Amino acid sequence: MEFNAPAGKNLFDTAKVVGKATPRIDGPLKTTGTAPYAYERHDVVAGQAYGWIVGSAIAKGRITSMDVEDARNAPGVIAVIAAPETKPVGTSQYNHAPLFGGNEIAHYHQAIACVVAETFEQACAAAHLIRTRYQRSDGDYDLAKAKPDAPLADGDKAPHTQGDFDAAYKAAPVTIDATYHTPDESHAMMEPHATIASWEGEKLTVWTSNQMIQWGKEALGKILGIDPENIRLDSPYIGGGFGGKLFIRADAVLAALASKAARRPVKIALQRPLMFNNTTHRPATIQRIRLGARSDGTITAIAHENWSGNITGTDGENGTAQTPKLYSGDNRMTANYIATLHLPEGNAMRAPGEAAGHLALEVAMDELADALKMCPVELRLRNDPAAQVPGNPKKRFSERNLARCLREGAERFGWSKRKGEPGQVSEGRWLIGMGVAAGYRGAPIRKSAARVRLEQDGMLVVETDMTDIGTGSYTIIAQTAAETMGMPLEKVRVELGDSRFPVSSGSGGQWGAASATAGVYAACVNLRRAVGEKLGFDGDSATFADGNVRAGDRNFALRDAGMLSADGKMTYGDFQKEYDLGTYAGHFCEVAVDRYTGESHIRRLLSVCDAGRILNPLSARSQVIGAMVMSAGAALMEELTVDARFGYFVNHDLAQYEVPVHADIPHQDVVFLDTLDPVMSPIKAKGVGELGICGPGAAVANAIYNATGVRVREYPITLDKYLDRLPQVA
Amino acid sequence: MRAFTYERAGDPAGAAKAVAATKGAKFIAGGTNLLDLMKLEIEAPTHLVDVQDLGLDKIEDTDEGGLRIGTLVSNTTLSAHPRVRQDYAVLTRAIQAGASGQLRNKATTGGNLLQRTRCPYFYDPNMPCNKRRPGSGCAAINGASRQLGVIGTSDKCIATYPGDMAVAMRLLDAVVETVKPGGDTRAIRIADFHRLWGDTPHIETVLEPGEMITAVTLPRPLGGKHVYHKVRDRRSYAFALVSVAAVIQPDGTGRVAFGGMAPRPWRVEAADALLPRGAKAVIERAFADARPTPDNAFKIPLAERTLAGVIAEARS
Repeated sequence: MEFNAPAGKNLFDTAKVVGKATPRIDGPLKTTGTAPYAYERHDVVAGQAYGWIVGSAIAKGRITSMDVEDARNAPGVIAVIAAPETKPVGTSQYNHAPLFGGNEIAHYHQAIACVVAETFEQACAAAHLIRTRYQRSDGDYDLAKAKPDAPLADGDKAPHTQGDFDAAYKAAPVTIDATYHTPDESHAMMEPHATIASWEGEKLTVWTSNQMIQWGKEALGKILGIDPENIRLDSPYIGGGFGGKLFIRADAVLAALASKAARRPVKIALQRPLMFNNTTHRPATIQRIRLGARSDGTITAIAHENWSGNITGTDGENGTAQTPKLYSGDNRMTANYIATLHLPEGNAMRAPGEAAGHLALEVAMDELADALKMCPVELRLRNDPAAQVPGNPKKRFSERNLARCLREGAERFGWSKRKGEPGQVSEGRWLIGMGVAAGYRGAPIRKSAARVRLEQDGMLVVETDMTDIGTGSYTIIAQTAAETMGMPLEKVRVELGDSRFPVSSGSGGQWGAASATAGVYAACVNLRRAVGEKLGFDGDSATFADGNVRAGDRNFALRDAGMLSADGKMTYGDFQKEYDLGTYAGHFCEVAVDRYTGESHIRRLLSVCDAGRILNPLSARSQVIGAMVMSAGAALMEELTVDARFGYFVNHDLAQYEVPVHADIPHQDVVFLDTLDPVMSPIKAKGVGELGICGPGAAVANAIYNATGVRVREYPITLDKYLDRLPQVA
Repeated sequence: MRAFTYERAGDPAGAAKAVAATKGAKFIAGGTNLLDLMKLEIEAPTHLVDVQDLGLDKIEDTDEGGLRIGTLVSNTTLSAHPRVRQDYAVLTRAIQAGASGQLRNKATTGGNLLQRTRCPYFYDPNMPCNKRRPGSGCAAINGASRQLGVIGTSDKCIATYPGDMAVAMRLLDAVVETVKPGGDTRAIRIADFHRLWGDTPHIETVLEPGEMITAVTLPRPLGGKHVYHKVRDRRSYAFALVSVAAVIQPDGTGRVAFGGMAPRPWRVEAADALLPRGAKAVIERAFADARPTPDNAFKIPLAERTLAGVIAEARS
């Protein structure tokens, strides 16, 4: 089914199941610990041996010798795979850093060996007997040092410009020129990368934890040099990904290699200390923003330059991503530069680009409002563009309600109580402030397929290789199928994450919810037609409700159709290219800063979101809540600390890489505007999983400024960066 | 983790003897620190002597009006004990500022005193660390040292003692009771218990090989206002950047000890005497010999501001 024109009125506009708050159908499995995650799938194949990965002790250089004899002779050891004895595996289009093999070391904790043993303890103990010698070489690990020579990214020959930024900026009566730093960040999800691999002749099965089944299948074929059609990936439950599991990593590669060597199924989970340097991370950025405005707040000049680094000098963290979309302004410039750094691989992490970009742009807007002595909500409303995308006038917004988000948020949050002058409100030892930020995140949509099947027992089974990374995919897919087939939710069973199922959009870039449900809808439409064909009516015009079908004056029970199956796929026509598909939010924060110690405590966070039809307000809310937490973490504490002498991230465990705890954010609220985007899909829904990480951190930063009058432009905003600027205490 | 042997000891002196008898043997109680370190092979004991059956889990009044805390009393139990809450509230507050509920349920009094540093280089076996591998050097001194020590450190090591409980115990002048492998017992003032690093940062306490902590005693209560303010980067489950334990009397005199600053809970009695003159005077005296790194120099003004807040709170 091709979606080639904006949707008209359809069955989702009178939905009974879609759009209703529905507890996750996988919830009981998760809360009782009975959802089997990759490493726990003891029953899928017999004779699983245990693998343990050894990571490189240096960041850059080569292995000069590796002695694995003691490990090979250790109790219980079945096989030892050593990088120097292994031809380097291939790279796919998705990985920048080498995954395994050969003597070259490209980054710290790169996998250099894998020990397979009868027990986990034996594998681990033997791995520590491997003795490796290295020759270190110098590398570049410092973004600030590499910045002056960093070339433009994406093959750009020049910055993107519109009008005459320099002249307009020079002429503007009020200007801001500020530079912001965001650190490297880690996905730090609860479930580590983990895989069980098993070969049967040429056929390889990997039970793994991966967000993108089809990408994974293709990539693993390329990496191992085998036909992807001989690979089956299965990943029904995923304990968090945040982009860290978009790709094939060392666990899957080494489980496959080790299983071949051991002639047995092998299971491997990356040890927690390897998670931070062996896998991928969000690269640090340096962002310079210049804004020029008339004294009434109208922005006339806007420039956003971004620098980040990556191991191959490509594909860094582009903080300018939202800047062409958010605010009007006739004279514009954006530029994205990327340096080559020899740190571990930078790659997608939740809202890549925008998450870091908002931490700069939305603080710059606050600084401009301050310079203008203007309310920062007012400033944003003043520069809310009309239908056309300011940085790309060929496109128009499909549906944009940012102004409503900001107005409704201000109303609900009690924004009118905020004092414009900073440092004016205190309660005892606490300095109190409020901050606001806007949020924009693209709403990409991708083709997606599914199979739906009516079973003998009256159940409807949905099969698609879509993944549920803790987001609620199972539930919204069941809701979509139940709605379209006119069946109760409990009569729908959803099977996900298996590469034997039709290829879906997968989970990433907040495209999963809108895309996968549209694919399931397409399959259900085909099933309705098949039911009609079998029973002698037109499936498209019949009404499916309550397990029955009404076609003209005839009535059927859906069960009368017997066992039937239909595949379907939703694809998208070119008409969407005229539009910018996006999601919007207004984020509000209240903080209290201890006037003595500088400890900053978030008191309240509110996000008002505009993301089309909300398929399941309960799981969507959870998505936004989680993203807000991550954004608050980015503002206040998350940072991979680079040791530029050794070239690695020092704080590589969950004790040292701090993410927020419950106590850090005592009160959070999410409001969804009741909007529809007919350009997206027949369901008129958009994703929300990444919208919530675009902006809240800036609202936190702005609230700290409002509380204290101190502006910190280097994230995370830890107290050591501003203690000396707080008022004196006795 | 390396393979090790295991036994459960039946009596304190027997436990001490068992550890002394086997090279590389260690005591294990709650295991909340040791097991983590064993997984990373930072600790690789050959033999573990489990002391959980020794019955040293009582809290009793002493004849002097103080409290005797068995070494196996869990952090949770100790912090909730009515007399601790009433007479030694700074200890309850310090314990509850540490770790998480689950860890406090397992962590023991004696084990907590022996908690090892959280220096990130200590935790990475690929990095030089004089504490983990004597003579290999210290990666922290010119490295990421924001969390690390500002005083009592050495050219060999700038790690801190990371805990909270011991800071309150230092403030209260607790005494650590031990038994040696031969059955002799001794009482060690907590001020003398943790060593400064000097040239041997791998030797962290004055305990002799096989010597086992049996109890910690607290002297008679001090009265006054008890405050524990722990400053950290998140509000739970994080180690202190700086912590301040204080008992302040109505006349403004009192005592103060600091966590997160040094190889041991940091208290300078001569600085206590300056409390009536305010935070600046106390800090100038207590940290006169500080040698911070550029990364952690903020800890000294932070300690001063935190103490100022504590004094203000005590007076309010």
